[in-house]
Amino acid sequence: MSFELKAALDSLRAKFPNTIKDIKTFKDETTLIVERDRIREICSHFKTEFGFRFIVDITAVDYLEVKTTRFEVVYLLHRYGSDFNENARIRLKVELHEDDLKIASVTSVWSGANWLEREVYDMFGINFVGHPDLRRILMPEDYEPFPLRKDFDVRNREPSKESFKRALDEG
Amino acid sequence: MGVNNNPLLGGDGFITTKVGSLANWARKNSLWPLPFGTACCAIEMMAVFASRFDLSRFGAEVARFSPRQADLMIVSGTITYKMASVCRRIYEQMPEPKWVIAMGSCTCGGGPFDSYAVVQGIDEFLPVDVYVGGCPPRPEALIDAVMKVQKKIDMLGAPLV
Repeated sequence: MSFELKAALDSLRAKFPNTIKDIKTFKDETTLIVERDRIREICSHFKTEFGFRFIVDITAVDYLEVKTTRFEVVYLLHRYGSDFNENARIRLKVELHEDDLKIASVTSVWSGANWLEREVYDMFGINFVGHPDLRRILMPEDYEPFPLRKDFDVRNREPSKESFKRALDEG
Repeated sequence: MGVNNNPLLGGDGFITTKVGSLANWARKNSLWPLPFGTACCAIEMMAVFASRFDLSRFGAEVARFSPRQADLMIVSGTITYKMASVCRRIYEQMPEPKWVIAMGSCTCGGGPFDSYAVVQGIDEFLPVDVYVGGCPPRPEALIDAVMKVQKKIDMLGAPLV
């Protein structure tokens, strides 16, 4: 028994035509560029049909002044098997334009995606539509900027100081 | 303080002192630390409390996790602005008189974290008595800081009420 990733991807392409924009392979790592509007369905398919039960991480990249689609949301999926060669790992990427930072939440697929999506929202300001509780998770809730964006000065402590002062005043 | 063992005055001897110095002598030898550990420095602080370095030799082994029972706050670890309001509130809950040790580079000046989230030294919002540099400091350095606090209590003291 072994898990055939290539066969799985072929069946995925047949089932969702024009959804997988690109498949890249580098050092045995497979990356899929997925159409934004279908990400939830693709994730659900990966979980139910291919057994990717574990959402390892959700993160994002800011390609300011590098690419025209500024943001990329990255999903890292893992599949556990009873045998070593049934384990598989895959990376899904979704490109997002700066003027429309919305993407469907995958919390209905993996409940573990809840805090991961909150972190991406906190750091990049990407809105996950359908998320049950999209609040900041690391920074104070009244914090304004999105600190991991490339146009944010990483040494700018003024917004943090303002949140700190408000927290003191409110007691 | 003066010790008098003149047999005419009772034989067993007695001590003459002022109430203030007696109180400060008691305070400095029975510091009750509040361990405010937020990072790796806290591990080193725990070592100071444990048997190898044994802070109880200086009367300060009763670590209190309730601020209302503590008079020495040991801030050990990186303090972010989100944590700073918590740290400040806990400090305010401690009864007077109270002292603060800033343990490690992060609490002294932000350490390596020159970033949007980290306080560049807890003296931005707390009155620090003793700073301990190091990343993390050796346990001996923290013991030295506690002894400096003791010295400070001895020399400056605190009002009785």
